[in-house]
Amino acid sequence: MARINLDHIRHAYGPNPKKPSDYSLKEVHHEWNDGGAYALLGPSGCGKTTLLNIISGLLQPSEGKILFDGKDVTNLSTQERNIAQVFQFPVIYDTMTVYDNLAFPLRNRHVPETEVDRRVTEILEMIGLSDRAKKKAQGLTADQKQKISLGRGLVRSDVSAILFDEPLTVIDPHMKWVLRSQLKRLHKQFGFTMVYVTHDQTEALTFADKVVVMYDGEIVQIGTPAELFEKPKHTFVGYFIGSPGMNVLPATIDGSSVHLGGETLSLSFAPKIGAGAKTELGIRPEFIRLGREGMPVTISKVEDIGRQKIVRASFADRPIAIVVHEDGEIPAEPKITFDPNAINIYADSWRVGGEA
Amino acid sequence: MEKTWNNKAWFMVLPVLVLVAFSAVIPLMTVVNYSVQDTFGNNEFFWAGTDWFIQVLQSDRFWDALQRNLLFSAIILAIEIPLGILIALNMPKQGLGVPFCLVFMSLPLLIPWNVVGTIWQVFGRVDIGLLGYTLDAIGVPYNYVNNVFDAWVTLIVMDIWHWTSLVVLLCYAGLVSIPDAYYQAAKIDGASRWAVFRYIQLPKMKRVLLIAFLLRFMDSFMIYTEPFVVTGGGPGNATTFLSIDLVKTAIGQFDLGPAAALSIIYFLIILLLSWIFYTVMTNSDAQS
Repeated sequence: MARINLDHIRHAYGPNPKKPSDYSLKEVHHEWNDGGAYALLGPSGCGKTTLLNIISGLLQPSEGKILFDGKDVTNLSTQERNIAQVFQFPVIYDTMTVYDNLAFPLRNRHVPETEVDRRVTEILEMIGLSDRAKKKAQGLTADQKQKISLGRGLVRSDVSAILFDEPLTVIDPHMKWVLRSQLKRLHKQFGFTMVYVTHDQTEALTFADKVVVMYDGEIVQIGTPAELFEKPKHTFVGYFIGSPGMNVLPATIDGSSVHLGGETLSLSFAPKIGAGAKTELGIRPEFIRLGREGMPVTISKVEDIGRQKIVRASFADRPIAIVVHEDGEIPAEPKITFDPNAINIYADSWRVGGEA
Repeated sequence: MEKTWNNKAWFMVLPVLVLVAFSAVIPLMTVVNYSVQDTFGNNEFFWAGTDWFIQVLQSDRFWDALQRNLLFSAIILAIEIPLGILIALNMPKQGLGVPFCLVFMSLPLLIPWNVVGTIWQVFGRVDIGLLGYTLDAIGVPYNYVNNVFDAWVTLIVMDIWHWTSLVVLLCYAGLVSIPDAYYQAAKIDGASRWAVFRYIQLPKMKRVLLIAFLLRFMDSFMIYTEPFVVTGGGPGNATTFLSIDLVKTAIGQFDLGPAAALSIIYFLIILLLSWIFYTVMTNSDAQS
C-alpha cells in the first residue's frame, strides 16, 4: 500500500518526440493517496493504459519520475515495485490447476505454503471457483479465466497497489456487478491503493472515490463523481460523464450576462475570460426545466427510457437534450429555463471559475 | 425434411479420388502386388504368399538397418528439438533482425537434398574439404570414409545443419503468437525466466512442437539422399539405413519381391511410430 506520486510524467512511443502531438501521454503531475480507489476514465486511445503501465513499470516513461511513498521507483522493475495488475483479457497458465494459478504469484515470492493455502482458499471463495480448484485452468470459460486473472491480482496481501486494466470487459453484466462490489469491499477491508482503468462511466463512478478523466493524453479532471457531474472542468468531461451528456452551447459572454442566440441570461458571477477565447455555456440536461416560461425551443423527439423522458429539441438552432420526469408534461409551446446554479461557462473548452 | 440424394455430388469428388488413386493408392497396390509374388521377368508372376515378408523379417540385414534408423532418428530428435527451441527463444521478436534471421534460417531448407549431401561430402574430405583438411591439419584424426564414428558424426552434423531451421521456424511461429499480456502478467507475478518458459512459452509451443517432432521423425526415419551421397551406406554397412537397403535390394539386386515386402514393412513402421507419438503427445494434452 503506497502513496503514488507522478512527477511530471510524459510518454511518447516514438523516438525523439518534439511536438506535443508526439506524446501519447502529455504531462501528468499528480499525487494519488495511499489507500485511494481511483478510476481512470476515458475513451479508447486516450492514454489510460499507457499511464497504468508506467505506474506498474511495464513501460518506462520518456520523461518524469514515479514515486511510491516518496521513494523514486522510476527505474525499478515491476517485481521490485511490488505491484499487482489485472489485464483486459484473461491471462492464465494453461498447464496449471486453478489453485496453482492463484498460488503462482505467492510461490514465486517464496511465501510459506500454509500462508499460500490460506490466501488461495480465500480468493477461490471470493471468485466462486472453489469447486474447480484442482481442475486444470485450460477448459474454463472466458469469464472464469478472467476471474482467475483477477484473483491472481488480489492474492498478494503486501502489494503497493493493485492496477486493473478494464478487467471486467469479458464478464457478463450480472457477474460484473458482483465482482465490482467485491472489489469495493476488499478495498474497504484492506485499504489497497487501487487504480481501475475503464471506458465505462458507470463502472468508474461506482468503483472509485476519485475519478480521473483522461482525454487525448491528458488528465482533464480528477474529482469525486459529484464534482464531475456538477462542475465538469472541461467540456469533454461534460460530454463523457452523464447520459445524455452535458449540453454545450456556443455563447458570447459580456460581463455577467450570456448571449445565446437571441436570448440573454444573467449569471451570478462575471467569468474572467481572455480576449479571443472560444466561449461556451454548459448545462446538464437534468438542470433544464421544460415549461411554459422561458426561452422557446422546438421539440424534435421524445425518448422514453422508463423513469425519465429525454427530450431532444432545438434551441437557438442548436440541438439540446432535456431530461423530464416520467410524469412531466410537455407543453404545446415548450419553453425552457436553466437552473442558474448549474450553469458552467467554458473558455476554450476549460471551465472558468467564479464560484457563486 | 426429407434427405435429398444427389448423385451429381460424386462428380465433384471424382477428380480428387482419381488424383489420389493415381498418386498413392495404385502405386501402393503395385507394391503390394509385388510383395506377394515372385517374378523372373517376362511378366511372369508366381504366387509367393507371405514368403518375402518372412524372409525380410528373419534377416539380420533388416534388423540392423532398422536399429541404425532408430538410433539416427533418436539422436537427431534429441539434438534438433532442444536446439531449435533454444535458437527460436533467442531470435529477435522485432526490428531489422527479424527478416535477416528468418532468411538466414530458411537458407538450408531451400537447398536440394542431394546438393546438401554433396556439400558435406566435399566439405568433409580430408584432401580438399575445408572441414576435413582443417581437422587433419590440427591433428584431429577424422575420416568419414573409413571410420564408422566419423561417418555417423558427419551425417548427424549435416542433418542438424540442414533441418534444425525447420524446428526453429516452427517454434518461432509459436512464440510470436503469444500475446504480450502473458509476459506482462508473468512479470507482475514475479515469474523467473525458467517459469516463463515452463508455464507460458512451452505450453504455447506445444502444438508446433508436435508438428516439428513428427516431421523431423518421419523425415529422419526415411533419410536416403544425404547418406547415399556422403557415405553411400558405408563404411561397410555402418550407415546403411532401411531406405538405402531398400534401394540396394530393389535396384541393385533387382529383388522386387523382398524389396516390396520391405517397403510395406518400412511404411507400416513409420505409420505406427507416428501414430504412437501423436497419440501420446495429444493425450497428455487432453488429460489436462
